[in-house]
Amino acid sequence: MISLAGRDILHAWGKFVFTGMGLGLLIGITLSMAGIYRGMVDDAKVLLDNSGADLWVVQKDTLGPYAEPSSIYDDIWRGIRGIPGVDQAANITYLTMQVSKKGGDVRVLVAGMTPGGPGIPGWPPYLVAGRQITRSHYEAVADITSGLKLGECIKLRRNHYTIVGLTRRMVSSNGDPMIFIPLKDAQEEQFLKDNDAIWAQRRRTAENPAFNRPGVPGLLGAIIASQSTNPYVNAILVRVKKGYDPEQVAESIRRWKRLTVYTRSQMEEIVVGKLIATAAKQIFMFLVILSLVSSAIVAFIIYTLTLGKIREIAVLKLIGTKNRTIVGLIMQQSIALGVIGFVVGKIAATLLMAPIFPKYVLLEPLDSVIGFIAVVVICILSSIVAIHAALKVDPAEAIGG
Amino acid sequence: MGDKGIQIMGLRKRYGSGNTAVEALKKVDMHVAPGEVVGLIGPSGSGKTTLLKCLGAVIEPTAGKMILGDDVIYDDGWKVKDLRVLRRDRIGFVFQAPYLIPFLDVTDNVALLPMLAGVPNAEARKRARELFKALDVEHRAKVMPSQLSGGEQQRVAIARGLVNRPPVILADEPTAPLDSERAVAVIRILNDVAKKFETAIIVVTHDGIIIPAFRRIYHIRDGVTYEEAGEGREFA
Repeated sequence: MISLAGRDILHAWGKFVFTGMGLGLLIGITLSMAGIYRGMVDDAKVLLDNSGADLWVVQKDTLGPYAEPSSIYDDIWRGIRGIPGVDQAANITYLTMQVSKKGGDVRVLVAGMTPGGPGIPGWPPYLVAGRQITRSHYEAVADITSGLKLGECIKLRRNHYTIVGLTRRMVSSNGDPMIFIPLKDAQEEQFLKDNDAIWAQRRRTAENPAFNRPGVPGLLGAIIASQSTNPYVNAILVRVKKGYDPEQVAESIRRWKRLTVYTRSQMEEIVVGKLIATAAKQIFMFLVILSLVSSAIVAFIIYTLTLGKIREIAVLKLIGTKNRTIVGLIMQQSIALGVIGFVVGKIAATLLMAPIFPKYVLLEPLDSVIGFIAVVVICILSSIVAIHAALKVDPAEAIGG
Repeated sequence: MGDKGIQIMGLRKRYGSGNTAVEALKKVDMHVAPGEVVGLIGPSGSGKTTLLKCLGAVIEPTAGKMILGDDVIYDDGWKVKDLRVLRRDRIGFVFQAPYLIPFLDVTDNVALLPMLAGVPNAEARKRARELFKALDVEHRAKVMPSQLSGGEQQRVAIARGLVNRPPVILADEPTAPLDSERAVAVIRILNDVAKKFETAIIVVTHDGIIIPAFRRIYHIRDGVTYEEAGEGREFA
């Protein structure tokens, strides 16, 4: 038996191909939306992966350091390092800011790393150019998507930093590129104000009789010194020794240090489930709307194509064609349209849309498989109206003019 | 009266019920023997199309009897299980317009019917080509219907009606879209086909040019048929 659908498509291939291309662009946008969602999740996971931590110790009862502000003393890590099961513990600070560079500015997440070199939690695990930070101050490693170049000098608040290394896929949960600087510098960037503000604060302190007692020499100097330093970090990244259960180690830290501790899975739940939840819901809604629009378009096209063949369908029925064959003709055409659309959409999403999108678009093979199945199912469902119209055709319409 | 071909006795068809009922066919009696071509003539609204639909097993008569070949197919109710198979295997149709499937080439337009009946593609196409030879459209076997002239399209449509070797062909104004010359050619082909394949052919027509070609004519008026001898003229 010949394929009626195949012959019809070949006969009017131009109509099918151009309709399929139009549908394909819509499918391409749908795939890109799914890719943006995957990219957001991947960005969030990459942030956790690249931190090199098994546990995140943060200010008590906060969802820090990514979803909420968190502030803890920078000497707590020493006590944590002594807890059984802890392999390494390192302070970390995060500060989102706008950085000026040649040709504009870029939004970045500045991470302050504990000195010690690669392997310490918080350090970028690999570079694509240059070297890691070796000096204690004013050197930086930047993610390549920031657009910064090796040797370029940037200003973060009051200080200037030289880019000594470039890394890749080191991004915040929002997809902003990261810049790594020494911890002490980062603490200063978070805390240190401009000279006028410092001068005004010192004057206020000196004018406060409680801080400037005539009989207590050195008190004012000590208070001003304490106001000029920042003893806080946002979190402590903890790496657990092999063979230890991270949850048990986390429980020890919670018990003895009275801090909040998150394991990797808990932190992932916070970042993916809370931090990007609203954006993910928006994208999901876009996906639903685009799927409905695609369904409506396929249904309309197939219905129109079927109406154009009503007389032929009446003749086919009169000469004894089974309803199953007619259903197959319409459904196969609908699926063929979907397949053409999917191929065009996949190519458009991969080669045209993903590279130019400002956000990271991660097109996973599994999503493509699910997308393909969804397109086929949508096409089958969309052909139901046309099939209903075709089955209602009376073979008697072929007789009598 | 022969024992093959198609016989119709006391066929009636009523549309609707009660006060709005319309008796489209009141009493139809016909017999068309194998190899015979008869004309069915009547004014608009006389019941021609209804009769054709009943004969084509597309609508169900209200009462009467129809015998196709040796089989009673209707006797106050259908006597065959599957009307679709009956139409496919035992009744050929030739329509007012050819209604060829535009996306199939000429061969497959004709071969589709045997294919639907389960005949292998190669065998079905062979049958189609044999008919093309008889109908003189062999040279057009591979083209699309849109590339055929009106007369060629109608000949292909006749081939489609014949391809499953049905005992009866119902032709619904087959010469309506054709000029006189082509109309005469088509009726000549139908006569040849009827003789060659022993097929009973009923031709519904208004066309005064071809009416003299029939040896017997059934007139239908107000749902009742009347038989009349025709000229049986053979066109050169």
